[in-house]
Amino acid sequence: MPVSADGSVTAPAAAAAARAAAESPWRRVAGDFFRNPIATFGAALLCLIVLAAIFAPLISPQDPYDLAQIDVLDGKLPPGSHAGSGNGRFWLGTDDQGRDMLSAIFYGLRISIFVGVSSTVMALVIGLAAGLLAAYVGGRTETFVMRVVDIQLSFPSILIALILIAVLGQGIGKVIAALVTVQWAYYARTVRSAALVERRKEYVEAARCLALSPMRIVFRHLLPNCLPPLIVVATVQVAAAIALEATLSFLGLGLPITEPSLGLLIANGYQYLLSGKYWISFFPGIALLLTIVSINLVADQLRDVLNPRLSR
Amino acid sequence: MLVYLIRRCLQSVVVLLVMSLIVFVGVYAVGNPIDILISPQADQAEREQAIHALGLDQPMWMQYFVFLRDALHGDLGHSFVHSTSALRLIFERMPATLELATVAMLFAIILGIPLGLWAGLKPESASGRTIMAGSILGFSLPTFWVGLMLIMVFSVMLGWLPSNGRGETVSLFGIPVSFLTLDGWRHLVLPATNLALFNLALMIRLTRAGTREALLQDYVKFARAKGLSNVRVIGVHVLRNILIPIVTVIGLQFGALIAFAIVTESVFAWPGMGKLLVDSINFLDRPVIVAYLLVIVTLFIVINLIVDLLYSALDPRVRLGESRS
Repeated sequence: MPVSADGSVTAPAAAAAARAAAESPWRRVAGDFFRNPIATFGAALLCLIVLAAIFAPLISPQDPYDLAQIDVLDGKLPPGSHAGSGNGRFWLGTDDQGRDMLSAIFYGLRISIFVGVSSTVMALVIGLAAGLLAAYVGGRTETFVMRVVDIQLSFPSILIALILIAVLGQGIGKVIAALVTVQWAYYARTVRSAALVERRKEYVEAARCLALSPMRIVFRHLLPNCLPPLIVVATVQVAAAIALEATLSFLGLGLPITEPSLGLLIANGYQYLLSGKYWISFFPGIALLLTIVSINLVADQLRDVLNPRLSR
Repeated sequence: MLVYLIRRCLQSVVVLLVMSLIVFVGVYAVGNPIDILISPQADQAEREQAIHALGLDQPMWMQYFVFLRDALHGDLGHSFVHSTSALRLIFERMPATLELATVAMLFAIILGIPLGLWAGLKPESASGRTIMAGSILGFSLPTFWVGLMLIMVFSVMLGWLPSNGRGETVSLFGIPVSFLTLDGWRHLVLPATNLALFNLALMIRLTRAGTREALLQDYVKFARAKGLSNVRVIGVHVLRNILIPIVTVIGLQFGALIAFAIVTESVFAWPGMGKLLVDSINFLDRPVIVAYLLVIVTLFIVINLIVDLLYSALDPRVRLGESRS
């Protein structure tokens, strides 16, 4: 704290100190987060992508799945072409059905982000419960849960997802189920290791001395303190889930054609790539890439901001 | 050492048994094999006869027991589509996958270690920062899309390299391989690059982190104080000490490469066992799916064992068998 010549605390420093006292932890985290320009850019990009996905029906030039609005005669037009009917341009070209790629990408983002986020939330809840259970109960339960986690994590995620798809069959619910199964182990491991550390701290002991119920101790005291590492893992996992879903859909083993995610759009353009019509695969891939990179940039900064070991 | 090996092998057998049970229950019990195995035109008597012949009227544990007994005799059933033994089908395709994974791993090592070393020695330089930014991209890029872009640039636009297949193969000890012919190499370059990308980024990061850490150690300071040349300090003292984690990761990642080859093989129509798996899932060719999974689980167990043994050989501080607490 800067101190002036006569020994009193300078005015701006005092104001800063007062502000720090009034700040909630969330605001402090946000303040630290936006100090990094690259992370701020990532967050802004991510906001744009999510907004585009949410408001896809409002901002898309056409509804790509309304057969009345698409014209097969406009099929496979390069980017920037005018529509045959004279109204509007296809800034990113059209696919084989004459669908505007820009609109298809907005709608595809919706499905990709929905699948990624919903599977992450479900996996988070399951992993959190399993991890807390393992850490708090201990003993054989812990050994069993952690052994399952270890075995699962020793196999690559794509392999586990493919096994599940082979067993369950295809469809949006089954893809989400596969993604949840792939992800829960990461959360269980993270929560358990965080909870094991937190459990030995004085505040938990104090809560025990106050004879609070175990449920209250776990959910009101242990859980909030385990959250920071979990938030980081969850952010990274949303990106991983979106990429995995796109891969499965590209292989033809993910979402059905009625749910055209970015992976399906890319797969659809694959057959035209060899004849030089690059845009059908290229632009959905760029959208996928931007989504994944922006999430990873945010996660990277969150890891630094939420890490208590790094001094502020 | 021997005790450790025996214990590890026993553990592996248990994991394999559990996996076989999961796969069996998953693939044969969740779906209804009767619908797939028996023609829908068959009448009731024919159906009953077929169910009896296939042993599907037996209780579940009995079916699993029969499956296990056949598996131990090397019989994992016949492919519905290819009408040959499922296991033989897998083993026919395996060399192509192993070749692709090996070449990809070599690409990652040959490029990744020098780049990581450079980035570790000059972390603040523009070249060091560029290498690190590139490695972040390597983690974020979706593999299958990069494969498509490689085809777009090098096959369609430039026309330099072919986009699918294995090319000309020659027989080495009775196994067809591509890497001994020029045409085979031309076919190998793109898929191997595609598959190597993730591991290249990983190698760069590992080597860089290891180098930066090693440079601060006393033995490096001592080597410099002795007046050894820079080349010797880095080549002998730094490199040898960062090799231990790198070798471990190379071993563990090799299994991941075989799994991720599923995607690359599908993009480049590489006739390996990953593409076989995707095709089999599409055609509901269950015996092949089961055979693939059991083969790959065995492969993973063997790789993990080799990595553990290598680790103890490289780092004398690691004592196998005593780590159990």
